[in-house]
Amino acid sequence: MRNQAEKKTSIRDLSDRELFYGHKACPGCGGSLALRLALKVLGERSYAVVPAGCMSAVGFIFPQMAFGCNAIISTFAGTASMLSGVAAGARALGIKDFHAVGFAGDGGTADIGIQALSGAIDRHDKIIYICYDNEAYMNTGVQKSGLTPIGARTTTSPVGQRLRGSVNRKKPMFEIVAAHGIDYAATASVGYPLDYLRKLEHARHVEGTSYIHVFSPCPVGWGYETADTIAVAKNAVDCGLWYLAEFSEGRFALNHNPAELTSVRDYLMGQSRFRHLQEEDINAILAQREAFWTRIHREWRV
Amino acid sequence: MNFPERNRSFKPPKELKDYPVGTAFPAGHLVDTNAAWRSLRPVIDAIKCSNCLICWLLCPDGVIHRNSEGGLEIDYDFCKGCGICSKECRQKAIRMESEGE
Amino acid sequence: MVEKRAFISGNEAVAAGVCLARPHVIAAYPITPQTTVIERLAEMVEDESLRAEYLHVESEHSALSACIGASAVGARTFTATSSQGLLYMAECLHYASGGRFPVVMMNANRSVALPWNIYGDQRDSLSLLDCGWIQAYAEDAQESLDMILHAYAIAEHPDVLTPMMINLDGFVITHTYELVTIPAQSDADLFLAPFQTSNKMDFDSPMSLGFTAGPAYNQAFKQLQHLAMLSASRVIREVEEKFGQLFKRNYSGLLETLYCDDAEYIIVTLGSVAGTLRPVIERLRALGERVGLVRIRYMRPFPLEEIRKALAGAKAVGVLEKDISFGFEGTVYTNVNSALMSANLMRPRLRNFIGGLGGKNISAQDVEMMFSRLKSSDEGERVEFI
Repeated sequence: MRNQAEKKTSIRDLSDRELFYGHKACPGCGGSLALRLALKVLGERSYAVVPAGCMSAVGFIFPQMAFGCNAIISTFAGTASMLSGVAAGARALGIKDFHAVGFAGDGGTADIGIQALSGAIDRHDKIIYICYDNEAYMNTGVQKSGLTPIGARTTTSPVGQRLRGSVNRKKPMFEIVAAHGIDYAATASVGYPLDYLRKLEHARHVEGTSYIHVFSPCPVGWGYETADTIAVAKNAVDCGLWYLAEFSEGRFALNHNPAELTSVRDYLMGQSRFRHLQEEDINAILAQREAFWTRIHREWRV
Repeated sequence: MNFPERNRSFKPPKELKDYPVGTAFPAGHLVDTNAAWRSLRPVIDAIKCSNCLICWLLCPDGVIHRNSEGGLEIDYDFCKGCGICSKECRQKAIRMESEGE
Repeated sequence: MVEKRAFISGNEAVAAGVCLARPHVIAAYPITPQTTVIERLAEMVEDESLRAEYLHVESEHSALSACIGASAVGARTFTATSSQGLLYMAECLHYASGGRFPVVMMNANRSVALPWNIYGDQRDSLSLLDCGWIQAYAEDAQESLDMILHAYAIAEHPDVLTPMMINLDGFVITHTYELVTIPAQSDADLFLAPFQTSNKMDFDSPMSLGFTAGPAYNQAFKQLQHLAMLSASRVIREVEEKFGQLFKRNYSGLLETLYCDDAEYIIVTLGSVAGTLRPVIERLRALGERVGLVRIRYMRPFPLEEIRKALAGAKAVGVLEKDISFGFEGTVYTNVNSALMSANLMRPRLRNFIGGLGGKNISAQDVEMMFSRLKSSDEGERVEFI
C-alpha cells in the first residue's frame, strides 16, 4: 500500500515555474488547470504527449507555443502508443530522469484511445497517462463521448420528444484500467486540488504505468459561470457523482468517503446541460449513485 | 523566468527558408496575448490578501505570480478574466472590475 | 567481423538489414506475410545481437505512433506491416511525413480485402502513394537488405528527413529463400552514421512538436515537404554511390533499365515480377526482337526524368502493375503517362496491363503476350487485365 509517511503535498512546495502558459483555452477551463498543475509537479524534464482535443488545439498554434516543456501533439488514437515510443526512445538513447506524460480528454481516452491505453498498461510502460475528463468532445463543439454522463445534453445527445440527453452511463475508466493490473491508477478532481497534486506526486515515483483520471469541468459545454469551475468540480465529488480513489498494488482505496452526500439535484440544476431533466430522471441518477457507492464499498472493501 | 515572456520581435516567416524544419518550434514561445478576451479584471486587495496562494494554485492560465516581496501579481497580458481566483479567495481579497466598453 | 553469405528469405534479409542499422526502437504488430521480419528481430533483441527497445504494440496504428514518438526524441526506429495493417496506420503515415520523422518501414505488399486474400499485389502501398513517404520497391532479397541500409541514410539525410517505406512483394520476395550477402557490422557502421536531428524534443532546448499551422502558414510546410521529397532523388544516388564503393553492389537510382537504349517495345513494371520478365526479354532479344524493361525502384520520389529518357526511343510501352484505381487505370500507368505527357517528346503508344491481383500468377507466356500486344498497331483496350 501507499507509504503512509508520504509527504503531504503543500501548495508552497510547488514550483513557481509555469509550463503551460499563454494557451487559448476558454476562460475557466478545468482541463487547462489539470494540465498546468500536472506539469508543476512533473517539472521541466517532461515530454508531454497531447492528442487531438482541447489541449492540443489551444496549446500549439504556430507560432504561439504554450507548453514550456517538450511537447508533441499525437494522433488522436495514439496518446498511449506515442508515449510508449517516446519513453522507449529516450530510454534507448540513455536519457535519464524524465517523465513521459500524456494529457488526453475523455473521448481521446475512453473512446478512440482506449486500445492504445490498454496496450501500454499491459506492457507496464513507464508513462503517466492523465485523462482530463470534461465529459464530452468539447473541442469539436460538445458531442457525446463514452464519458458523457447519463442525461447530459450534448449536440449529439439532444433533448427532444423521445430523448432527454445522453442515454449512456460513463464508462468506468478507473476500474477498466485497474482491471488490467495497472501499476497505479487514481481518480481526482480539480475541485480537490491537493488530492490531485498528491496523486501526481505519487505517479512520479511509480515504476510502471500510471493513470490519473481528473474530473475537469467545462463552463462552455456544461453551462455554468466560468468562475464556478472549481466549485462544480468539488460539488460533483460531494454529491457522490464523482469520487476520489486510488488503485495501487492490486488494491482499491477511497480517499474521500463522505458520510453524507450533498444534493444531486442541486449539482445537476446548476448546469444547463442537465436542466431539462425531469423528476424520474433525477431519481434514476440517484438510484445509480446509490448502486455505485454500495458496490464499491462492498467490492473494494472500503 | 518562471513564465515565458512575449517575443515582441518575432517576425512571421516570409520565405520558405524562414520556416522551421518539420513541425518543431521552441517551447514557450508567445507572440500574442489573451488580454482582449477579458470583460472583467481581477484586482487583488493586498491588505485583505492572506497569501494563502489558493488563487495562484487554481488559476487555469497560471497568470498569478508570486513576486520577490512575497506578494501576488496578475499578468494582465494573459488573464482571461474567468473569475475563479475571485470566487475561490477565502478572504474575499480579489474583486472583479469591469474592463468597460 | 566479415560479411557472410546466407540462404535466407526476403523477410529475413530485411531483419538482417535492420539489425545492421542499429535502430533504437522497433514497434510492430504481426500480419501475414510480414511476420517473419518481426519474429527474427524479436530473437535478435532477445539474444542481444541487436540492442533495441522492442515494443509489442496492440495495432499497426500504435506501431507507427510509437515509432513517431521515439523518432521525436531522436531515436532511430523501424516497423513493418502489410496490407490491412498499412491501411490501418494510414493516418500515421501522413503524420510521420508531415512531422518529418524519418521512420523506416518495410511493407509486405499484399492484396487488400474484400475479398480476403493474403497474397501479393501492390494495391496497399500504391493506394497510399500520396502520403508523403519515400516508396521503394525491391526485386529480391539482396536488394531488400541493401535498401534497408539505404533507407536510413536517405530518410535521415538533413535535406530529406522523410520517412521511407520499402516494399517487398508478399510471399514472392518475403518468403522466397535466396543466397544473400550480409555485410559486416563494421562496414555497415562505416556506411551509416548515427541519426542526428534537431527535429526532436530536447531537454537542452525544449521544443513543441507536431503543432498546428493555420491557413497563413500551412501550405509552406507542405511545400517544404514536397521539396524535401524531390531532394531525395539526388540523395538516393549519393547514398547508392557510397554503398557501391563500400560493398561493391551497385544500384541504379530511381529506376533500372534493361536494353532501353535501342528497345522499341518496353515494359515498365516494379517489384519481383521483373524477375519473370528478364529471361523472356533475353529470349526475345536472342530472336532479334528489340524489347526492353524499365523496373521502377522508387515510386516516390517519382523518376520523372529517368522515365522520359528511358522511354524516349520506344514505339510502344506497356505498364504492368499489380494495382488498379477502380474506374480509371493502374496508378503506375497514370504516373508514367503523366511523365511522358508533360515532356515535349514523341509519345509512344501506351498500354496498361493489370495483373497479379491477389497473387494471380503472371507467367512467361503472359509476358510474351504483352510484348505481342505492344507490337500490334491495334489500339485494343487501354487497360487490360491479364
